[in-house]
Amino acid sequence: MWRMSHIALPPEVEELLRVALVAELTVLNATGRPISYPLIPLWDGSRVLFTSAVLFSRKLEHIKANPKVSVSLSDPLAMGGNADRAVIQGNAVVLDSEDPHTSFDRLLPMWREKEPVIDMFVKKRFGIPLFFERHTIEVEPTKVLLWRGGDTSRSPEVSIPRVAVGA
Amino acid sequence: MAGLAVAEAVSRSRTYPHGVLSYVDPDGYPVSVAVPHAEDTGADLVLGPVSRDLLPPEGAEVGVIFSHIRPQPGVGYDERRYVNVWGPARVEGGLVRVSPAKASGWDEAETPFFEYAERNVAAGREYMDKTGTRPRLSAFWTVFLATRLPFLTATVVPVALAGAIAGHDGRFALGWWLLCLLAAVAAHLGINVINDVADADSGSDSANVNPTPFSGGSRVIQYGLVSRRTMALTATGLYALAGGIGIVLAATRSTQLLWVGALALVLGYGYTARPFRFVHRGLGEPVVALGFGPVMAAGTYLAVTRAFSWESVYASIPVGLLTAMILYVNQVPDRPADAATGKRTLIVRWPKARVVAGYAAVCAVAFALVLAGPLLGITPVPTLLALGGAYWAVQTYRPLAERYELPYALIPLMQSNVVCHLATGLLLVLGYLLAIVF
Repeated sequence: MWRMSHIALPPEVEELLRVALVAELTVLNATGRPISYPLIPLWDGSRVLFTSAVLFSRKLEHIKANPKVSVSLSDPLAMGGNADRAVIQGNAVVLDSEDPHTSFDRLLPMWREKEPVIDMFVKKRFGIPLFFERHTIEVEPTKVLLWRGGDTSRSPEVSIPRVAVGA
Repeated sequence: MAGLAVAEAVSRSRTYPHGVLSYVDPDGYPVSVAVPHAEDTGADLVLGPVSRDLLPPEGAEVGVIFSHIRPQPGVGYDERRYVNVWGPARVEGGLVRVSPAKASGWDEAETPFFEYAERNVAAGREYMDKTGTRPRLSAFWTVFLATRLPFLTATVVPVALAGAIAGHDGRFALGWWLLCLLAAVAAHLGINVINDVADADSGSDSANVNPTPFSGGSRVIQYGLVSRRTMALTATGLYALAGGIGIVLAATRSTQLLWVGALALVLGYGYTARPFRFVHRGLGEPVVALGFGPVMAAGTYLAVTRAFSWESVYASIPVGLLTAMILYVNQVPDRPADAATGKRTLIVRWPKARVVAGYAAVCAVAFALVLAGPLLGITPVPTLLALGGAYWAVQTYRPLAERYELPYALIPLMQSNVVCHLATGLLLVLGYLLAIVF
């Protein structure tokens, strides 16, 4: 599902999203409690994307009830040694109008860049069929916090993503 | 995400270099900021220092996740584990003190990913029901899974053996043999499918969170790929096909086949289904040994040649025993679920040492019979080739005790055990074919 607006993040944050094998997606449950899930972040140049198996669907329910989320890029080990850290706040939507059986197909090129072994699992999807019934979570960034060098005891650089309609 | 005792979660969290502290900001968005541990002892988590701009409100409920992976270039990553804790936060200078009240987590070293996924099947299906979607696979893979097609080797081997013995006796008839093969295949697939229905009804497959390609059933009912009704109808259709062919064979070849068919029906249907439920009574192995050995081989021989053969009975006993051993070993990872649902297989009833010794003893008997056949003048000398199958029996036996508690580590053993049966059976067939030529 391609949108008409293009959202640009600080280049350092886009680089973190490009290399990060894992980010923490934090959602809010019905009582307002923050719940974090480690997931592979994908960046399509405009939105942060996650794909979630229906097996682990609670986060999808939470997002449908409250779209406000944050994405933390925090672990240098999972980001190819890049020590910068960032938090992206935004509004998430679960693309549940997509067929869960095929929704991840368009994400596969980005997914395989981070987890090449996924191709083997896709070929053997008959072994874990519900793992490959998936929905995409699309996060539209609204605010970005960046710590160059990763020291979160210092104040972050705060930016509001630029939106270019029609890009 | 599974529940975790708070103290355990706090203790585990200290093995991570940092956590991600989350709370809700004034705009209603979560903030999630990386923070190191400031203290390594005590019941509370003391985290920081944190930028003053990002300290949580005093007393706010916060969440902290500690997450780890190990990157594996060219593959992805492994060593996945994480711990989540929640509790009220107090701000002490630039530090945040969290008093954990709730925790959860997952460590794939403790709960392998496949088990973790299996434990969430009910939640996944519930979600799909809510969204009006259904899981699916291609028709090929659905049939492949639902019927457990690869296990047909257990049928092909005794039917082929009976055909080879008939050939050795100069009485092979291809058309009748093919008809027997079709009936046997339909009956076997029917057994597989009805077995899934019975295990779904008893709850043993649902309770099994460690299924493997060899154990735990096809799971098409549990995954919502095929309904119980469709499975029951499929089994009925397959039994009807097998029964119809059986009646044709009985009418045209030998009425004694009716007895063979009736016995096969009782053994096959009664394996898991009421009223017999042989496998629940610890009789699964003898039933399988009989059904997939002498009943299938002698029945095929009878249909092909219109005569009874003690030789086909004798030669098929090792094949039947090794088929029973496939079932036997495949039940090892199933035993917690089987025990919990009253499916008291031999594996459930016996201690580990007896199970392992039992495997060795039955394999020894099977190969002793292969050896004794030519010595007693019952089977031709080239059938001694089948002793080569013992190699895979040893490959299965050796690590069995060591991996007994490790469902996924048992997979290679279950594989070599299937190869043991197949190789032994096919070498027996080859022995008969060589005896025809030479």
